[in-house]
Amino acid sequence: MEMLSGAEMVVRALQDEGVEYIFGYPGGSVLHIYDALFQQESVNHILVRHEQAATHAADGYARATGKPGVVMVTSGPGATNAITGLATAFMDSIPMVVLSGQVRSDWIGDDAFQETDMIGVSRPVVKHSFMVRDAKDIPEIMKKAFYIATTGRPGPVLVDIPKDQTAPNVKNPYEYPKKVKMRSYAPVSRGHSGQIRKAVEELMKAKRPVIYAGGGVVQGEGSELLTQLAHRLNFPVTNTLMGLGGFPGTDPQNVGMLGMHGTYEANMTMHNSDVILAVGARLDDRVTNNVKKFCPGAKIIHIDIDPATISKNVMAHIPIVGPVQQVLEEMLAALDEYDGEPDKKALERWWEEIAGWRKVHGMRFETNEDGPMKPQQVVQALYKATKGDAYVTSDVGQHQMFAAQYYQYDKPRRWINSGGLGTMGFGLPAAMGVQFAFPDATVACVTGEGSIQMNIQELSTCLQYGLPVKIININNQALGMVRQWQDMQYGGRHSQSYMESLPDFVALAEAYGHVGMKVTKFEDLEGAMNEAFALKDRLVFMDIYVDPTEHVYPMQIADGSMRDMWLSKTERT
Amino acid sequence: MRRIISILMENEPGALSRVIGLFSQRGYNIDSLSVAPTEDNTLSRLTLTTYGDDLKIEQITKHLNKLIEVVKLVDLTEGAHIERELMLIKVKATGAQRAEVKRSVDIFRGQIVDVTSTVYTIQLTGASDKLDAFIGAIGEAQVLEVVRSGVSGISRGEKVLSL
Repeated sequence: MEMLSGAEMVVRALQDEGVEYIFGYPGGSVLHIYDALFQQESVNHILVRHEQAATHAADGYARATGKPGVVMVTSGPGATNAITGLATAFMDSIPMVVLSGQVRSDWIGDDAFQETDMIGVSRPVVKHSFMVRDAKDIPEIMKKAFYIATTGRPGPVLVDIPKDQTAPNVKNPYEYPKKVKMRSYAPVSRGHSGQIRKAVEELMKAKRPVIYAGGGVVQGEGSELLTQLAHRLNFPVTNTLMGLGGFPGTDPQNVGMLGMHGTYEANMTMHNSDVILAVGARLDDRVTNNVKKFCPGAKIIHIDIDPATISKNVMAHIPIVGPVQQVLEEMLAALDEYDGEPDKKALERWWEEIAGWRKVHGMRFETNEDGPMKPQQVVQALYKATKGDAYVTSDVGQHQMFAAQYYQYDKPRRWINSGGLGTMGFGLPAAMGVQFAFPDATVACVTGEGSIQMNIQELSTCLQYGLPVKIININNQALGMVRQWQDMQYGGRHSQSYMESLPDFVALAEAYGHVGMKVTKFEDLEGAMNEAFALKDRLVFMDIYVDPTEHVYPMQIADGSMRDMWLSKTERT
Repeated sequence: MRRIISILMENEPGALSRVIGLFSQRGYNIDSLSVAPTEDNTLSRLTLTTYGDDLKIEQITKHLNKLIEVVKLVDLTEGAHIERELMLIKVKATGAQRAEVKRSVDIFRGQIVDVTSTVYTIQLTGASDKLDAFIGAIGEAQVLEVVRSGVSGISRGEKVLSL
């Protein structure tokens, strides 16, 4: 058997897992591993400028490809800088393996230089973690780490590796396990057939049904089957923020995103429904509003791979624990066997009602001929310039909601945002990860002047690797979402939500070796967008000045039901 | 309602901290906790008592089951079970009280395991409420020190929690 050092084992395991890219930053505790990386070619290491960015880049790569993202950081500050990225991936169930260096085993607990109890610090934000206590265990631990990260409800797994376990002079036999066997971990592989049949009966009886599809549809590769099911039943579909693209955005059966900033028709459809088919969704507080007032007349069928998600916030009438893809497949088969058809008349009436809601309060905003540009116009222009076919990553705030509302995602894995944790600074590094995965694809990062400054150092990484990401900086000179809440709930007192002393982003982009563009007038927007996207091999930073007073609508009214919404600054339901 | 949850988990470093961490992270309470290896030294048995309605307990057990190191668990309070806790208690015992304390120990079927001229150290086992009752009977003013093991429990009959 081949004899390898711990460091070589780590790298060989990455090769055996078929890892293309590892995002990271070197430091004392991982130097042996970096030396082993240097001596091979199949695993490409991407040097970021901050460890948080490494985790978001790996996360973006994972969201775009479905493959696990891989990260390497050193002990202490390197490891703690990765925490936000771990938490982001954990909240959105993204498969990721993070390798962190640790001080040598005999120094652990001595407050050694760059020592942090990373297993302890990361515990609440990882699916699982391992500490390497013996170099011999590395192959098995690596196999388990990738297995746990990618199966069941996916999530990040941390492997903490003390420096002495990677020492180059200590060699151990290496064989990568073919299979994993864990008596304590067996993710569900099938939904309960009886429950699926019961659900089909309920769907067939429904008069005002709705399909509520979440991130699990995207993550669980269920988009095609869900689309088939929805077309077959002629039910309206609403996507969550995480689920956008799971059902085509331009499909006439799509009533738009639901929840806090969902469309009027999506929230009304939910509130007035009699049967909700929730697929790979969490019924979280950004969707339900006050759970006590949530969809009072609806029976809830809830499909999810994680039993703990079902009936956590809202009781499910028919719970189905299983992988979305397998359950939907079986559901379609059960539909074939079912003796009977959906109630066509009732569905017709239901669709008429939905069309009425759409007509009265469909997505819209007021434009101002002489005044500043509206942020929504920027997203619309982006949609047009990219023909709706870009990978769009976003940061967090108003621009994120506009990018969710006004860009129609027809394919899964095209919309990449930090939905659960709401991590500012996610967008640019995530876009890097996507661009590595798909070098020829159009990748746009929709951001704001607040968020972009949380990881702006990555412009340097983009230069090093020639990543032609297009940064759409929707610049409203304020922390827009904070300001909106202050307008609505704090009497317009804009406590600390101004962005004073903004840098000259054009000069900044140029200083990093990229192209910068500043747009202040709507009439220049389309031309500038076309110009930017024509620069196929350059990163373009578009600094676009918009109306600082604009709000995101609709907006659910706190503690109300789903149908209680602000529709503009003056109208409410 | 009070629940006794019994968990079989991998006897590995860090496993216990994940269980404890889950409780603090999700805002659940642990009332008592005891843990030790089983006859199979790769497995530990952890018993904890907590309070909650059915919904809350369901969430707790689901989240515990998600922990990779948790192999199996059971809510003992769902069925017939035996519950025991061990208490060592040091009480003042002088003058007429010596006989009085001794009588109480006999009634509760405890044992006096150490004696000085002024102090009895008593060992008592039973369900938690029996131990509470003993402290009540002695009177808190007499109690110098109490140490309790936390609850251990096992199902009645043929039902077992094992691999």
